[in-house]
Amino acid sequence: MFTRIGLKLIIAVGLITIIIIGGFSYFNIQSQKEELLSQAELTANKLSDAIKNSSHSSMLLNKRDQIHAIINTVGQEPIIREIRLLNKEGMVMFSSKAELIGEMVDKKAESCYACHTANEPLERLPMKERMRIYKIHPDSTRILGIINPIYNEKSCWEADCHAHPEEQTVLGVLDVTICLRDVDQQINSSESRSIILAIITIIALSFIIGFFVRRWVARPVKELVKATKQVSAGNLNYTINELGNDELGILAGSFNNMTRKLVEARLQLFQSDKMASLGRLAAGVAHEINNPLTGVLTYSSFLLKRVKENKELREDLKVIVRETKRSREIVKSLLDFARQSVPKKHNANINEIINNAIEVVDNQLSLKNIKLEEHLDSSLPKATLDANQIQQVFINLLVNATDAIGDNGGKISIDTTLISLSPLGLAQIKTAVCPKRHDLIDNEVKINGMSTIKVKVISNGNEGYINFDPIYGKHRHKYGIEIKQGKDVQVSCPKCNMSLMEKEASCHKCNSKVYEFEVPPQGMFRGCTNPECDWGEWEDVDEVGYKDFVEIKISDTGNGILKEDLPRIFEPFYSTKGQKGTGLGLAVIWGIVDNHNGTINVESELGKGTTFIIHLPVQSKS
Amino acid sequence: MINQEKILIIDDEQVILDAVSKIASLEGWKIVAVLNAQNGLNKLSCNQYSLILSDIMMPELDGFQLLEELYNRHIDIPVIMITGYSTVENAVKSLHKGAIDFIPKPFTIDEITSSINRGLKYRNIQVRLEEAEKCGTNESVIYVPCPPKYKRLGYMSWMNLENEGVAVVGVTDLFLETIEDTLKVELLEVEELLIQGNSCVKFETNDGLIHTCLAPLGGRIVERNERIFATPSLLEKDPFFEGWLYRIIPSDYEYDMKYLNSCSSDRM
Repeated sequence: MFTRIGLKLIIAVGLITIIIIGGFSYFNIQSQKEELLSQAELTANKLSDAIKNSSHSSMLLNKRDQIHAIINTVGQEPIIREIRLLNKEGMVMFSSKAELIGEMVDKKAESCYACHTANEPLERLPMKERMRIYKIHPDSTRILGIINPIYNEKSCWEADCHAHPEEQTVLGVLDVTICLRDVDQQINSSESRSIILAIITIIALSFIIGFFVRRWVARPVKELVKATKQVSAGNLNYTINELGNDELGILAGSFNNMTRKLVEARLQLFQSDKMASLGRLAAGVAHEINNPLTGVLTYSSFLLKRVKENKELREDLKVIVRETKRSREIVKSLLDFARQSVPKKHNANINEIINNAIEVVDNQLSLKNIKLEEHLDSSLPKATLDANQIQQVFINLLVNATDAIGDNGGKISIDTTLISLSPLGLAQIKTAVCPKRHDLIDNEVKINGMSTIKVKVISNGNEGYINFDPIYGKHRHKYGIEIKQGKDVQVSCPKCNMSLMEKEASCHKCNSKVYEFEVPPQGMFRGCTNPECDWGEWEDVDEVGYKDFVEIKISDTGNGILKEDLPRIFEPFYSTKGQKGTGLGLAVIWGIVDNHNGTINVESELGKGTTFIIHLPVQSKS
Repeated sequence: MINQEKILIIDDEQVILDAVSKIASLEGWKIVAVLNAQNGLNKLSCNQYSLILSDIMMPELDGFQLLEELYNRHIDIPVIMITGYSTVENAVKSLHKGAIDFIPKPFTIDEITSSINRGLKYRNIQVRLEEAEKCGTNESVIYVPCPPKYKRLGYMSWMNLENEGVAVVGVTDLFLETIEDTLKVELLEVEELLIQGNSCVKFETNDGLIHTCLAPLGGRIVERNERIFATPSLLEKDPFFEGWLYRIIPSDYEYDMKYLNSCSSDRM
């Protein structure tokens, strides 16, 4: 449910909340307690003052009955527990409880203690000191007592009763005790209210924090852990779903990126490993096959020498010799492929190489009734290349074309031209992100085997997706929505709907609206939203400048290549010729062209023919 | 002494040994065939041979190690390498290590016959030289050695770097001495490419054989010696100067240099 880190975070935050809220509640309860108590004290003080003042005149007149009446009446109040009036000697003179009158009070009793601790009794005390809170026995309610000393004044010693001499300071003490049950109840109820509130707050906070921890930490972390486990278990296709744009989201993005790179690296490693083992295999095979071939060749040639007079036998033997020599060439090409040697480059004329290649296959062409059309640009500059290897490329392509045409005859045309290529048509967009850095690369929809750039499009009220061709300058976009020229088009990120429209620019060709996305780390890419228009701009790549290439097109009118075969035809051992081919031809060609920093592409239409387009760089014109 | 040349052939494949034996019997050569290099070396220590044919890829001692072993034992019998792993690198490396020729498998009867023919002639020249040395008679020079500042590929072809990065390429006198009277010389065209270790010139001799000479250096041919066609004797008269074959612009001089031997160390 929760990850460990999530649980730890929740526990930590919960503890902190408990401490803070607990502390806060504690002090709150304390202050409330004090507040309520001091109110009770004030009330008690006022009450005792009131009793003292109301009995004042009766005292002067020495009307004891009246004093009794006042004390008794006031003592009726439910909160008042007892009212006592003591004389100087500690005898209870008046009390709300009649049975106590006449009793002597011990000076050590808690009601007297405040004044009588010192040897000479204190005469004046602040209100706080005169208060006392006590319990009669542990289970009873608390009682608040307040002592109010009755001071001697002029009217007292001048009164008719002459009861008090002038030199006395304190004549007696009024002791009022109040029952604190109500106050305690209030205190208790506010205390329990505070505690309940604190508990509710702590629980609620924990749940809220838990929710966010789960949402922001636990779930992404769990997902990341799951992904790392999957990847370490070998499932490199596992990708983490979008985790938002915080650090964990970025981490997930990097993780996805990393696994993708890992997949690519592994594929490359696998490919080169395959090539290396293929090389070893080829070398071994060549060595092993050449020995028996030597036997066949020498023995058949030997026989040929011995049967000079038998013409028929000679013809048959010649076939054996010829075919053995052909096998020798096949093995040699296998070795050439296995070595994938670094091309030994010279300045060479491509037209000448083509003509040499044509000479090799000329016989085959005329035999099969194939017309050859050449459109060779005589002004081609020399290109730096390994003439032997390139010739091998042309021969292989011509032989392929011948095979594709079959026995019914057809046409092969070879065109050469010098083209200046901007990176247009060559540079591939391998990364693409929206302004919020969502990956726009779509690995599922591919164009010519390359991952595409997927964007969301809203046009004319319809919504759909377009997969852009990743090759700069090629426009083999896949439209999942019809876009009519001149209609309003909105291009946005399929993940966050962030607009990819560049409002300040417009297409340099048709003035339509322009979309834009970043190709890290190679700057911004802009393209025209008009499906009829092929404008695009990629400044970082354009800056590198135009390069001269020799373009060689070899087209045939053969039966074409199945669409599903197209992406794989350059793979080693992939053959559509069945028993006839080794499946190495196009892989060898691809390797050679790649070694020359060139590119080879294929366009094919079933039943109509195939065109191979090779671009070879013309190195520095010097 | 019977006029029968003894040839030692080493290959780990019986069929090759049989094939070569058959061809040799056609020509009247005596063949001693062994299945591994160690046996071959043992045979060498007690028998006289005119020529050794050896495979390169063999279990235990391989062809290159055999060449080294021969060098260490001061055995100067000429060696022709035969291999199924026939790459240019192997060819050039063999010649660099002292072999006199290189035949890729599978070979035709003519290919191997012409090569063995040259090998035997080579041996013949060697023997004559040794005899001349022994007797002290300085019999008129048997062949003209390569000039000291030249570089050569095996004993076959030479190259010399001229000014401005142009190299001159030709055939050594020793190679010419190993072939019969030349009927026809076949050269490559100007602008064609020379590749080190690949055929650069073919001589058709009056015994009907075609002798191929391997190029010492790779590069683009800028000029070829047309005078050779008019006066083929030019080649034999002055193979190192007037009898040059091609002027080329080397393509990878540094790389090719590794497999060339300097002529300055050659003993006459």
